[in-house]
Amino acid sequence: MVKAGPLRSCQGVGKGGVCVAQAAEPEARTVSKATAEPRWWVEPVATVVAFSLFVLYSAWDVLFHNTGQYHNYISPYFSPNVGAWLGVHAVPAVLVAWVPLFFRASCYYYRREYYRAFFWDPPACAIAERPRRYRGETRVPLVWNNLHRFFLYLAIIVVIFLWKDAVEAFIFPNGFGVGLGSLILLVNAILLTLYTFSCHAFRHLVGGGLDCFSCRGRPTARYRLWRRVSEWNRHHGLWAWVSMFWVWGTGVYVRLLIMGVIHDVRFF
Amino acid sequence: MAETVTLWVYRGDQHGGEEKPYEVPLMPGMVVLDAVHWIQAHLAPDLAVRWNCKAAHCGSCSAEVNGRPRLLCKTRLDEFVKEGVPVHVRPMKTFPIIKDLVTDVSWNYRVMRQIPPFQPREPAPFTLYQRDVDRVQEFRRCIECFLCQDVCHVLREHHEQEHYFGPRFMARLAELEMHPMDAGDRVGFIRETAGVGWCNITHCCAEVCPEAIEITNNAIIPLKERVADRYWDPIRGLFRRFQKTAP
Amino acid sequence: MLDIETREYDVVVVGAGGAGLRAAIEASGRGSRVAVLTKSLLGKAHTVMAEGGIAASFGNLDPYDGWETHFYDTMKSGHFINNYRMVELYTKEAPERVLELESWGAVFDRTEDGKIMQRPFGAHSFRRLAHVGDRTGKELIRTLQQKVVTQNVDIFAEVTTTRIFLDRQGRVAGLFAYHRDDGHFVLFKTRAIILATGGWGRMYKPTSNSWECTGDGAAMAFRVGAELQDMEMVQFHPTGMVWPPGVRGILVTEGVRGEGGLLYNAEGERFMLRYDPEKKELSSRDVVARSIYREVKAGRGTPHGGAWLDITHKGPEYIKRKLPGMYEQFKKLADVDITKERFEVAPTVHYTMGGLRVHPELAATNVPGLYAAGETACGLHGANRLGGNSLGDLLVFGRRAGMAAHEYVQNLASLPEVDEAEVRDEMRRVLRPFEVEGGENPYLIHEALQTIMSTYAGIERSGPELEKGLAELEELKARAERMSVDGPLHFNPGWHTVFEVQSMLLLAEAIFRGALERKESRGAHWRTDYPEELPEYGRVNFVQTYEDGRYHIRPEPVPEMPPELARLFEAGVAPGVLRARQAQNGREETK
Repeated sequence: MVKAGPLRSCQGVGKGGVCVAQAAEPEARTVSKATAEPRWWVEPVATVVAFSLFVLYSAWDVLFHNTGQYHNYISPYFSPNVGAWLGVHAVPAVLVAWVPLFFRASCYYYRREYYRAFFWDPPACAIAERPRRYRGETRVPLVWNNLHRFFLYLAIIVVIFLWKDAVEAFIFPNGFGVGLGSLILLVNAILLTLYTFSCHAFRHLVGGGLDCFSCRGRPTARYRLWRRVSEWNRHHGLWAWVSMFWVWGTGVYVRLLIMGVIHDVRFF
Repeated sequence: MAETVTLWVYRGDQHGGEEKPYEVPLMPGMVVLDAVHWIQAHLAPDLAVRWNCKAAHCGSCSAEVNGRPRLLCKTRLDEFVKEGVPVHVRPMKTFPIIKDLVTDVSWNYRVMRQIPPFQPREPAPFTLYQRDVDRVQEFRRCIECFLCQDVCHVLREHHEQEHYFGPRFMARLAELEMHPMDAGDRVGFIRETAGVGWCNITHCCAEVCPEAIEITNNAIIPLKERVADRYWDPIRGLFRRFQKTAP
Repeated sequence: MLDIETREYDVVVVGAGGAGLRAAIEASGRGSRVAVLTKSLLGKAHTVMAEGGIAASFGNLDPYDGWETHFYDTMKSGHFINNYRMVELYTKEAPERVLELESWGAVFDRTEDGKIMQRPFGAHSFRRLAHVGDRTGKELIRTLQQKVVTQNVDIFAEVTTTRIFLDRQGRVAGLFAYHRDDGHFVLFKTRAIILATGGWGRMYKPTSNSWECTGDGAAMAFRVGAELQDMEMVQFHPTGMVWPPGVRGILVTEGVRGEGGLLYNAEGERFMLRYDPEKKELSSRDVVARSIYREVKAGRGTPHGGAWLDITHKGPEYIKRKLPGMYEQFKKLADVDITKERFEVAPTVHYTMGGLRVHPELAATNVPGLYAAGETACGLHGANRLGGNSLGDLLVFGRRAGMAAHEYVQNLASLPEVDEAEVRDEMRRVLRPFEVEGGENPYLIHEALQTIMSTYAGIERSGPELEKGLAELEELKARAERMSVDGPLHFNPGWHTVFEVQSMLLLAEAIFRGALERKESRGAHWRTDYPEELPEYGRVNFVQTYEDGRYHIRPEPVPEMPPELARLFEAGVAPGVLRARQAQNGREETK
């Protein structure tokens, strides 16, 4: 009389269980002809292209040059000049470039981008993936992304030096001046500051880790700071992209000056 | 003659099925659920669909419209009619199908039972300030439509229901963890049982959330940071020990 | 032996809304074996739709508030046919119940000094509604849901209940139900049943009610001898959405007016100043609904037959913070930005004040072992429910029902037996729609019922119209005898609709009969042929019973308030308001 239907799961009924309709087995359902967004591949492909070009250029600049200094301009790839402190003169940028590299590689925003674009895990929302083993961020090496905060600490140090570089870019042998390079380095420092201090780990550090901002009396400065950082954090992805392109552009600019391909424009 | 629109609605159960076309008269401001109701009343009375409030408050009518996880009651038909694209309505893919647009979401309710409940620090009434509960209230907007669970690739593509609770319950855990009056400690649970490490923060859950809850940025990443505090940060570990021993 | 799934419990709760879950928490917390049956999933009940708040007289913002003032407001808005004892218990216990929610994890909006925030609402003397933005119902049901899953309660989701069984002595013995997923029958043997199945607003259109609100519990109880009361009292919420047609009836929270929204007619007149110069937009729901209705009838309605509601003067920031749900709802569903434009509203069926007649303290019906709480019960709201009083109702009387059912089970001398023949009959009855060839479509019967109810038993009623409606209803009932469905047993909504339509048809007639009997206008019940409120009707509730297919209606005296409560009404103003005025005067004199 009653036709066979799905099985039901009444786990733990009798001791506070939930009895909800349950289908027998996940059946293979054909994929709809209509996908979420017919041009879903545009974003991952663009990301792959942009990241790859950036990494290729950066590797070339860092690995094949011994200096990034052009008068009072220093390429962000070469700052701070750790090589000089240690007396290393061959490819000194390697000694510092790993900091921003790992900072960005473990950044919550970049993780989203490369998991989507390179790993295709997932390539876009609700788009079928290739069947493949997936462990999320539970295994080495991806579990090391949990160390993001330590790269943040180091990145903050780098940012301080970049500000020093930005200031020095306005001090020419004949005193204060403004060249195109000075402005580029200044914007570079600003963008990297925004990127660094809108970091999720920083947001957690300044107040996100607290359960209560005002339980021990009046709301603390940490609450106000957390609010501010949360506001920046909303645009973390934007800062990530813009600052990346700007570092790239700054590096290219200084490199071209050193190579004598172009000449700096002095405004006054 | 009124304008009509063709809906391709998935009809079937665990033995299989296919999308079938239904022609529905169009009314101003019509949502997909209205069209499904019209089909029920006039063409296919046994067409299975879950719905309750039809006002995006209850989160019952979750399905996939043109491949995108959405609430049927909040998806306007005119957006497709305007673009001239056909409308395909299918059940959520992550969950086993029961019939037509109805899927078996029982797994979510089993997960719900595993979460250690709220443990008040002191008896009510609490003295709590708005600024301290804003974060918690965002997560409590959740209507449990399970669209985030549907879109989450850990559950949808990799079927890791054994290891990962999914975005809905990350938000639930975050709301408990960040509740100023909660005395429970769930950090170990979040890492081990709830499996926060399985999430690779690709943000799809937040993108489909009809309540616009920032699940990834405001729940999952802060939870990952709390886990990092406990298990990946020796400096903070020392600091914590020092704080505990200090008077 | 019966060849169907059989389960045994002490207490079975039907309905997983606020009242049902609160009852289950209480009964199981006291040690009863409890099951909750719901025809939807857990956490989806109509309770989630409640927006405005929970009325509880904490006095967090207005220190002169107190239970007496809440009592005064509730009795007055109910036009004094409420059960005073229920109102008394309710107003005294509501604050406790709200705090209990807080200790279970509910997170209410806060005041500056860290207490629970309270908002003003229609016909409440003070700012009284504990709330969370405009989604208070969701907070309530989620909190209860999160509480109930940690307790020893079995939850049967998507189970349709069709019949209550009594034993030979007329006591509750069991329930017949089927699992919606596969049409599999199940017999629940139980000692007590708590009905928390909500109202029956879906027999009207437009309505703000969820799919679920079809009065299944009240109908099942009515069939086995429980009494219905005040069935004529159907509340129209003044502000439902009007346009586009797909959203017609969806609720616009009273919070919009609570937060300062103003009503205008098509001529730009703020007409509430004319109908209720004192409380204006925040007058009680019956008054505001009727006023909008009158404006539309007088030809001063908006393009789609409503009134304008305008809150733009509060500024986008404020609106988005205080009414985020409303902002979203209009933007998404109606392409209207309520921070920039006014919008159309019209009355929509919202709540049924009538329901199962219960003992005020025990929530017990006249059938031994049968309890009812929440909207399906009757007595607290009288002729018009105050906004914010329904959520409190669920908590206070849900708890009381759970307590009383547990006590009843403890004192039961013998185990009630379900008669197997009755179960077999019910199995046959439930399957009948599949056997009828080419019968009536249940969806279309439902639509026809909505037309009849809205036309003849709507906001405005009269004797001849009611008679006409009743006659049409009888015809529809005859047609409904032959409802048929096709397709499989598993997850078949058409089949399910048959039982809902049967419930609604049964209760619809009670509404007509009650409305015909009450030859006056009172609260939500407005008769154009008897436009005055008459004192002799203020002393009675109409109680209905159902025997062998016939309705019997009788007047029952409204319980009389004891002198200490009656005294609260002597001054003609609410006690708290009076105290506030005295304090004000005192301050002025000392100046």
